[in-house]
Amino acid sequence: MKPHENLDPLVIAGKSYASRLLVGTGKYQDFAETKAAVEASGAQIVTVAIRRTNIGQNPNEPSLLEAIPPSKFTLLPNTAGCYTAEDAVRTLRLARELLDGHDLVKLEVLGDPKSLYPNVVETLGAAKTLVKDGFKVMVYTSDDPIIAKQLEEIGCVAVMPLASLIGSGMGILNPWNLQIIIENARVPVLVDAGVGTASDAAIAMELGCDGVLMNTAIAAARNPVLMASAMKKAIEAGREAFLAGRMPKKLYSATPSSPTGGLINPAKPA
Amino acid sequence: MISITVNGERRQFNGPLNCAELLARLELAGKRVALERNGEIVPRSLFPQQSVDEGDTLEIVVAVGGG
Repeated sequence: MKPHENLDPLVIAGKSYASRLLVGTGKYQDFAETKAAVEASGAQIVTVAIRRTNIGQNPNEPSLLEAIPPSKFTLLPNTAGCYTAEDAVRTLRLARELLDGHDLVKLEVLGDPKSLYPNVVETLGAAKTLVKDGFKVMVYTSDDPIIAKQLEEIGCVAVMPLASLIGSGMGILNPWNLQIIIENARVPVLVDAGVGTASDAAIAMELGCDGVLMNTAIAAARNPVLMASAMKKAIEAGREAFLAGRMPKKLYSATPSSPTGGLINPAKPA
Repeated sequence: MISITVNGERRQFNGPLNCAELLARLELAGKRVALERNGEIVPRSLFPQQSVDEGDTLEIVVAVGGG
């Protein structure tokens, strides 16, 4: 494959995306910064949360959807903050109504407010209900290969294991589990959560992930827009390295890159 | 007067009232919101027809920044 030819799209639920970087919209200073960072990231799929609106207290409150219009981006409503399957399903039904029948969603059911670790039992239950209800479910989960496979078998359109805890920036803590999940999967596998900087994103892609979803790594950077640009490049570089196939690691077996013959004064090893 | 719960707050309004009128009184007319009444989604197209009755519990949501 030639670089920069878009012959390698990310396909989710039958739809192709040129960008393998998915970004969130939380924790930015204002919507102008959100918009600038999202645009610099090149992301086409952008997550949003669903929350109660103010009821008259602040009628002129700006709307996120003016900065990130659904006409320009594929919005991915999430269930952040939900701790039960029931709440997650309810939230996504509201999201579908809010977004005019849009059915691609990010399911996450949390188990604990301190770690934000997913509750996989509730997640499996919610996934079953949502798939039956016609949603296309991209699902946040732990890096447990068995659960990842079960979520795929339920009919989720993408499985999104954590690299480390949400918002932690700790990077890829268990590449081995991610690799098992990737090898077993027949749907796209995206790392969701834990990426801290560009090299983390590149490592995820080099492992063979189909994409990476991140929010805090960009929003909490000192310069979010610059980090968004770095992440775009890291995702592309990691993907190309994965496709190119890395050289094998050769411990204690150096091989010179330059010709071994023709030296002006051939040295004899001592 | 009808007394309802909107987004967890008790509110009173002069009735009768439908969902579209309620949104107007909350200064949310024309904004992109989704509405749930007593646990059931009310499609936007039905806002003018769906009544809001004494004791109803409503959730009105929007999209906000999130990961």
